[in-house]
Amino acid sequence: YMMMSSRYTTALLQCIRRGGGWSSSSSASTEGCALALSRAGFASTANSEITVETNPVLTHKLDAVTNKVPSTTITVSAAELKSLFEQMYRMRRMEISCDMLYKAKQILGFCHLYDGQEAIGVGLEMSLDKKDSIITSYRDHALYLARLGNNGEAVHKVIAELMGRGTGASKGKGGSMHMYTRENNFYGGCGIVGAQVPLGAGLAFAHQYKDDGQIGVALYGDGAANQGQIAEAFNLAALWDLPCVFVCENNHYGMGTSESRAAKSSAFFTRGDYMSGIKVDGMDVLATREAFRFAKEYALEHGPIIVEADTYRYHGHSMSDPGSTYRSRDEVSDVRARRDPIEHVKRLLIDNDLAEAGELKAIEKEIKKEIETAIEKAKGDALPGQETMFEDVYVATGDASARGTRPGTWHKLT
Amino acid sequence: QTVRQIAGLALRRESNALKDSVLKSAGGALAPAAGGASFSSSSRAAGSMTVRDALNSALDEEMERDEDVFILGEEVAEYQGAYKITRGLLQKYGAKRVKDTPITEIGFTGIACGAAMQGLKPVVEFMTWNFSMQAIDHIINSAAKSYYMSAGEIKCPIVFRGPNGAAAGVAAQHSQCFAAWYSSVPGLKVLAPYDSEDARGLMKAAIRDPDPVVMLENEILYGESFEVSPAVEDKDFTVPIGKAKVMREGSDVTLVSFGKMVGYCLEAAKALEKEGVSVEVVNLRTLRPLDRETIASSVRKTHKVVSVEEGWPQSGIGAEILSVVSEDCFDDLDAPPERITGVDIPMPYSHQLEAAALPSVEDIVSVVKGMA
Repeated sequence: YMMMSSRYTTALLQCIRRGGGWSSSSSASTEGCALALSRAGFASTANSEITVETNPVLTHKLDAVTNKVPSTTITVSAAELKSLFEQMYRMRRMEISCDMLYKAKQILGFCHLYDGQEAIGVGLEMSLDKKDSIITSYRDHALYLARLGNNGEAVHKVIAELMGRGTGASKGKGGSMHMYTRENNFYGGCGIVGAQVPLGAGLAFAHQYKDDGQIGVALYGDGAANQGQIAEAFNLAALWDLPCVFVCENNHYGMGTSESRAAKSSAFFTRGDYMSGIKVDGMDVLATREAFRFAKEYALEHGPIIVEADTYRYHGHSMSDPGSTYRSRDEVSDVRARRDPIEHVKRLLIDNDLAEAGELKAIEKEIKKEIETAIEKAKGDALPGQETMFEDVYVATGDASARGTRPGTWHKLT
Repeated sequence: QTVRQIAGLALRRESNALKDSVLKSAGGALAPAAGGASFSSSSRAAGSMTVRDALNSALDEEMERDEDVFILGEEVAEYQGAYKITRGLLQKYGAKRVKDTPITEIGFTGIACGAAMQGLKPVVEFMTWNFSMQAIDHIINSAAKSYYMSAGEIKCPIVFRGPNGAAAGVAAQHSQCFAAWYSSVPGLKVLAPYDSEDARGLMKAAIRDPDPVVMLENEILYGESFEVSPAVEDKDFTVPIGKAKVMREGSDVTLVSFGKMVGYCLEAAKALEKEGVSVEVVNLRTLRPLDRETIASSVRKTHKVVSVEEGWPQSGIGAEILSVVSEDCFDDLDAPPERITGVDIPMPYSHQLEAAALPSVEDIVSVVKGMA
């Protein structure tokens, strides 16, 4: 990534004059000049900004509709970057704890982890408001966390739900794939691959019907992208000009099947055919944030758009998948080394003297403590009482009862 | 019934003109408005209403009452509805609220469920319930289960409606009864109207209900006219969901049924009365939640029960009725409970085969007389 703040350019020129020049490896010269920057003693304040050049954005049929494109030159402040770092870090640590709790058999069943994909979850939340509606797949812990406020309490709700506690996001009745917040317009969490996409178009439909200036966002993966109902949702969304952003989180694997083995065309941002699409670097939160900001504006003005975010999941498909039978460990560690979204923001902060390493370490420590607290609390929380089995079958229960396992056992629905 | 079958054949897709002339020549209860192709709701005999008009007026009134109610489905708008149930609604409410969809059931059903979750009140028409199989994942996994899985966060106030079961000569893929499948799902409410009072009252109740509702109508009944009291015509008339109706009181045997078969039970009751058998006919109206109490109290009175349904026998509604009776009022039975069902085969085409594949009034009379 090339960094071009005015202060940096000056330092860069100084670096070059010192005889460093542009080496063939641009990252090496970047590093060298960054060290030069910190030695030059640039003060870091909360208001200081940098301007960052993100990876190029690919577009599909966009220019037929508008001459706007998502910007690849992003100016961001230290405070913003720290916030993005903190939000992603909390997502990461939460998902890592889920891994540990699962291995300790404190979490059972399905558990699909999001670590590696944080830049999408945070970038999305930063570009929308709580009145926009979001729906995603079963890989929903981090999106739910973000919608609920991305804080310790929200972490507790996730962990408690995974541990089946009555204090969990869905009172222990949903589990990993079924976390929702109506108040903040998060509609799950969907266990059926691809089903969330027409649902998301429906959320957008409601916003259009109510003419409330909000959008619907439906996230799905490269595996889901081949679902017929997604093609149907695209057709309806385009036909009716729904204010819908379809986000393909392309982590390149649908469970154990790579995109090249599942899709004739893995240019998912073009799969809407007549529908505009953009493809962004999903490991760069500045790129994703800008892409979603662009997409929301587009959706409100022109109708549906696809945003394909090129991302990666470090874990396997779920906790029962080691994630190493269909991809090499080298591939995973390579992405982690070169493209980790949290490391990227950390480097931006430190290399540009927008934060001290110690400051970030303190944030990390704080978040780890927050998560520990959430876990301890969840461990101590009660399981849901038997009576909760008979709650929430209907909104209007009337006289209805549910039969138990044995004849003559009836439980009033509440 | 033969005239209905011929009319049904003519009802297939674009033969409106043929259908009208056939129905007109049928005369009596089957003839709609005298004025030609449009079934104007004002031109019915006073105090009587076709099931079609009952549904149409219910939809109209509920759309007027609540702006969040909208209709979507294939041909519901400009075509006026494949079976004319939504006739006139596009003209009155506009394209925003009456939406023609492409032939993409899983797509538009998913969209409707999402819209309901966000706060609207969609009424989804399946041209027939056979096509709901394309969309059944959303009916079950998106609509029925969401309130529970979300522990009360996400509501889905949606109505799915359309004609269910056998029509006339439409063969195997277009004749299936889905009562058993949908009524087995917790989280759904499943309704099956018989007459115009049922159709109006249940449709209005369904749209006002905050839960997902499956409304299993019957194509053959759409054109049938029934007497309705002034109360039924009231804008706020609803029929309670979860309560069966005793259509006819009797003391010797209980017939339990829903939809079109209720009419057959009433016919059988008339025939049996002439032979000194007093028949009580219970119209379930709601398949889920099932009104066990009305069934049981009827059986406590008559001590004999026959369930009558069009659908297949295995794992059908009759299987459930018999279990209910066995669990709730076994000691009141003087004979084993019986069920009359459709024949356990895919629906054949040729009209006498089709007739033989479905229960007849004679079947009901014969089975009742055969009960000791």
